[in-house]
Amino acid sequence: MISRRQALALAAGAAAAPHLAAFRALARPLAYDLQPVPIGEGAWMVAGAQEAITFANGGAIANVAILDSEAGAIVIDAGPSRWYGEALRTLAERLTGKPVARVYLTHFHPDHVFGAQAFDPRLVAAPLGVIQGLKEHGDGFADAMYQIALDWMRGTEVVLPQKILGEGVEDFGGRRIRPLTLSGHTASDLALFDERTGILFAGDLAFLDRAPTTPHANLAAWRTSLAKLASILSVLLVPGHGPAEPGGRALAQTRDWLDAIEFIIRDAFERGLDPTEAMALPLPAWTRDIALARYEFVRSVQHFYPKLEASRWERVDETP
Amino acid sequence: MARIWVLLLLFLSVPLLAAAPTAVAAPTEDPLGSPLWRELAERYFGDAPVVFDDRVRVVVPVVVENQAQVPVAVDARGISSIEKLIVFADWNPIQHVLTLKPVSAAPYVAFRMKVEQGTPIRAAALAGGVWHVGGVYLDAVGGGCSAPAVARKQSDWYKTVGQTQGRLWREKDDWARARFRIRHPMDTGLAKEEPIAFFVERIDVKDADGAPLASLETFQPFSEDPTLTLLLRPADTSQPIVIEGRDNKGLRIRASLAAPAKQSWLAGHGSAE
Repeated sequence: MISRRQALALAAGAAAAPHLAAFRALARPLAYDLQPVPIGEGAWMVAGAQEAITFANGGAIANVAILDSEAGAIVIDAGPSRWYGEALRTLAERLTGKPVARVYLTHFHPDHVFGAQAFDPRLVAAPLGVIQGLKEHGDGFADAMYQIALDWMRGTEVVLPQKILGEGVEDFGGRRIRPLTLSGHTASDLALFDERTGILFAGDLAFLDRAPTTPHANLAAWRTSLAKLASILSVLLVPGHGPAEPGGRALAQTRDWLDAIEFIIRDAFERGLDPTEAMALPLPAWTRDIALARYEFVRSVQHFYPKLEASRWERVDETP
Repeated sequence: MARIWVLLLLFLSVPLLAAAPTAVAAPTEDPLGSPLWRELAERYFGDAPVVFDDRVRVVVPVVVENQAQVPVAVDARGISSIEKLIVFADWNPIQHVLTLKPVSAAPYVAFRMKVEQGTPIRAAALAGGVWHVGGVYLDAVGGGCSAPAVARKQSDWYKTVGQTQGRLWREKDDWARARFRIRHPMDTGLAKEEPIAFFVERIDVKDADGAPLASLETFQPFSEDPTLTLLLRPADTSQPIVIEGRDNKGLRIRASLAAPAKQSWLAGHGSAE
């Protein structure tokens, strides 16, 4: 995300010397411009770009939330990089006037976790499965992020949460946060319910107006988790990607997307289509308004096809 | 001047010879702008005539999810009487991915390959002594060729080598569509953990009577657990299709795809024109 000031400087530079503009953008120290939007009593959200991870957005594509409490600031997800985490910590301290008391990581994907490095690891909490996922994939994610987001990632390393989170309510001087340990988007997904405001933070179990990602998905488990989230009486739902809204649109849309792509991919597979053919199949008309629909569908074909080939095709060799 | 060249060429070693200007019939301007084009054209086409031809289509995903398993389809059905089809990737450490001889098959092959970085993926079809070349630039971050096979994480990986899975579909006009997967680590020899190349180098597809339908030479950039889609024209679509393979250590692979009960959706895709 390029700040407004950088954009102005860029525009001025472009007017003066168009060929130098891009170079100046690179030469300038990068800075995230986090814009908190109030979403309830002592609650703010910083919206991620509805985009894929690119150098232009510095990987800042996931939603992040900050809550105020008597015990300190509570941060939900930490963003894609060390710099993002540092900016987030500064913002949380400014909004609440208190140091950070807790950082929750909803799952192990890179756009949500690497900012945790800016916080005391003893304050960073996640279910055991999230920590295991980070142990297994964290370094690979960091490498991939460096290749795409380049200098935005400077100094970023995997830091494991030291607080293993269970189902018990956490009480921050009267502000009670109820963790829900679920799965489906990944093997371990955390949703959080703020009892004071009735806001439900769904992490990447819910996407809104942006196509869900499936690199580590288990669709059956995901649907079960969506049903569980739908059963919680919330006044506002904050998805991992997309706008916060009252009502269950994010949950319904996420479920509809998963149903649609699973049907298309399985049907294509059963009909003998090659994955390169499946990727080009039409998507339902309603997905036209969903950001990155084709992009994520093409990714999902690559996630699910090899699994279908391995599990659904009969053995045909004559190996004794 | 010419005489000097001849004399020089006589005394130069083979690697230098490759760098010397020779009678290459390939166009010097590469539509994909790769600095390696001329060298690769010389290697694969020698002094045979070469044309860039949009009828040789290379299909790749808009986003690569796994650089060790990039789905690619090569389709030259717009050109008739193709003798062989080769696929190579300019910026791979090993460029040659496969050679297909479609004996009684469409000049079509879909597969998955490794890429080490963003690279042109090219296909060249030899028809009537002319190479018809098509390709696309594949945008990818790297590492697919120098990473060890996933199977190597398991100590008993060797138990599944050669196992084959797949299906056959009957299509219009007595064409058959074969999709299959052969378990094999396909070690490039470039991963520091597995420094010896170990890969399936030959796959022959035949009808039940042993008549060849398609033959493939496959190389190190072919993905682990080679997975293929081929369009075949067997004499009898009610008979099974035989797959015979061999790796570079001499292991024989033999499998048989049962005659199809299913009708695929595509209509008459096998016809050349």
